[in-house]
Amino acid sequence: MCQVEEEYHGPLQREELPSVSKQCMKCKEAGAAVVIRAGDAYCRGCFKEYFIHKFRAMLGKNRLIFPGEKVLLAVSGGPSSCSMLSQVQEGLSQNAHKKLRFLPGIVYIDEGGAVGQSVEDRRRTVDQLQAVFRATGFPFLVVPLEQVLDLPSSVVLSAPGAPEWKAGAYKAAVDHFLLSDGSSGVTAQQQQETPPLEVQEAHTHSLQRLLGSARTLTAREELLNTLRQHLLVHTARSAGYSKVMLGDSCTRLAVKLLSSISLGRGAQLAHDTGFSDSRYGDIILVRPMRDYSAKEIAYYNRMFSVPSVFTAGLETKTADKSSIQRLTESFVTKLQADFPSTVSTIYRTSEKLQSCKSLASAGGDRCLLCVCALDTAAENASAFSATLISEQLSQTQSPEQSRPAPEAPPPASQCCSAVGGEACGNRGGGCCSSAEASEPPPLRSLLCYSCQLTIKDLSSEEVLPHYILSEAQRRLRRSQLREEIRDFLLEDEADEG
Amino acid sequence: MAAPVAIHLEFGGGAELLVDGVKDHHVTLPSQPEPWDVKQLLVWIRQNLLKERPELFVQGDSVRPGILVLINDADWELMGELDYQLQDQDNVVFISTLHGG
Repeated sequence: MCQVEEEYHGPLQREELPSVSKQCMKCKEAGAAVVIRAGDAYCRGCFKEYFIHKFRAMLGKNRLIFPGEKVLLAVSGGPSSCSMLSQVQEGLSQNAHKKLRFLPGIVYIDEGGAVGQSVEDRRRTVDQLQAVFRATGFPFLVVPLEQVLDLPSSVVLSAPGAPEWKAGAYKAAVDHFLLSDGSSGVTAQQQQETPPLEVQEAHTHSLQRLLGSARTLTAREELLNTLRQHLLVHTARSAGYSKVMLGDSCTRLAVKLLSSISLGRGAQLAHDTGFSDSRYGDIILVRPMRDYSAKEIAYYNRMFSVPSVFTAGLETKTADKSSIQRLTESFVTKLQADFPSTVSTIYRTSEKLQSCKSLASAGGDRCLLCVCALDTAAENASAFSATLISEQLSQTQSPEQSRPAPEAPPPASQCCSAVGGEACGNRGGGCCSSAEASEPPPLRSLLCYSCQLTIKDLSSEEVLPHYILSEAQRRLRRSQLREEIRDFLLEDEADEG
Repeated sequence: MAAPVAIHLEFGGGAELLVDGVKDHHVTLPSQPEPWDVKQLLVWIRQNLLKERPELFVQGDSVRPGILVLINDADWELMGELDYQLQDQDNVVFISTLHGG
């Protein structure tokens, strides 16, 4: 039982550091250089070994990257992705039985235009990074973010996935690779000099207009993340890569987990923060750095002179409260300073998350922006519909908006509740979007809850890139068509069911 | 009375933006009655090097959480953090691990 007047002994006292021993806890010989978790001191040599082993263990444990597969490393120039690059290099130079066996390539997305860097600054950053990439000997691509304006609308579709790998497939692929003399395949890639794509000033302007139309930094960051991811996936698809490695560290993912929840992306968490992300179907995003804390990476890069190139981002030099993501970061790092297991605790949670199978099933409708399964087909008595209702009530009722709440039209709600979520999905969201189709911003019906919020923060939807708008029109036309022939469709489904 | 201490300061990971974009600083701390420790060094940096937004570098007595400190290439947690007494020719590195520096 809790006592009413339980005695608490003053404020929590910070435990005296257990006078970290000056010796490496592993080899117990060399002097320590790094403290990893609370109290675990490693020397230089042991730290390097530990760091390198962790990368290989991460890839080995997950068995996702097949021998001979083409893997695109997304390198931003930051410490984490540059560290990932050096780990891949390290892995490819190992002796036979430990060697990584995939074919890496590098992509750098130049976001200078989006964050308002001058042409000269962008040039300089690209030159520095190209020097780093050239030294690796891997083929590399430098893609300006402006390219996102010319993407085809197929980017936001989830392509049919790679064939489901069965349990023994990995082993079989490895054996096959070894038999066919793996060395021949690995050396095949040549580093080619592709001249960096010229950026038209007009494109930079429209990109800046797009990001500038976001009224909050929170929405701007979300938008930038989305655009970047679309461009990465498109680059991987058109260059024939099947996996993309992202450099998210454990600290970064912990921040992302908490800020995603605050942004209403709870349903998509497993995809956003997991080791592998298959939302695009044919291209799988992988996060091999998710076991490293930002501290480990910074120390490793410093001690073993891993080159990285600092570029200012949207968040640079902003105050703590400028955006939800920024605030979450400062919350996590501050807590981490006094409670060193904060990040790992949050991170362990993210490991256990799984996306809802019924939502993730192939036929379901996907958000136009983040390409995750839509979470807006919720039942009437859900938190989501409650949010919608209270949003509606709190708005001053203009004549055109005084129509009843979305669930009011009987046919629509009937079909939703009667046929159930799966059928809804199969019919391309016809019923769920039909309820909202007549609302002023029709784009919203194609988005998940969180992306709706982001779009709501834009001053105008017109500024969105063409590929998104045209895909939106296509989907809306389709759902309109469905609406028109709905009676027939319903009978069909009744027969099938 | 302690003699002046010459040390090498490095800023990285975006922290250099707060000190005029210069990564390397060779500085000499003037002589003062007590020996120089890291706590006093931070005060000195705040007064002499930080050009803008000092709250993005120091918070309270210590560095802002998320900025790592290395003294002579070792974690400052091993060296006694704020109480470490600076020696002549020491090398102190500040690396920001925060997103966007």
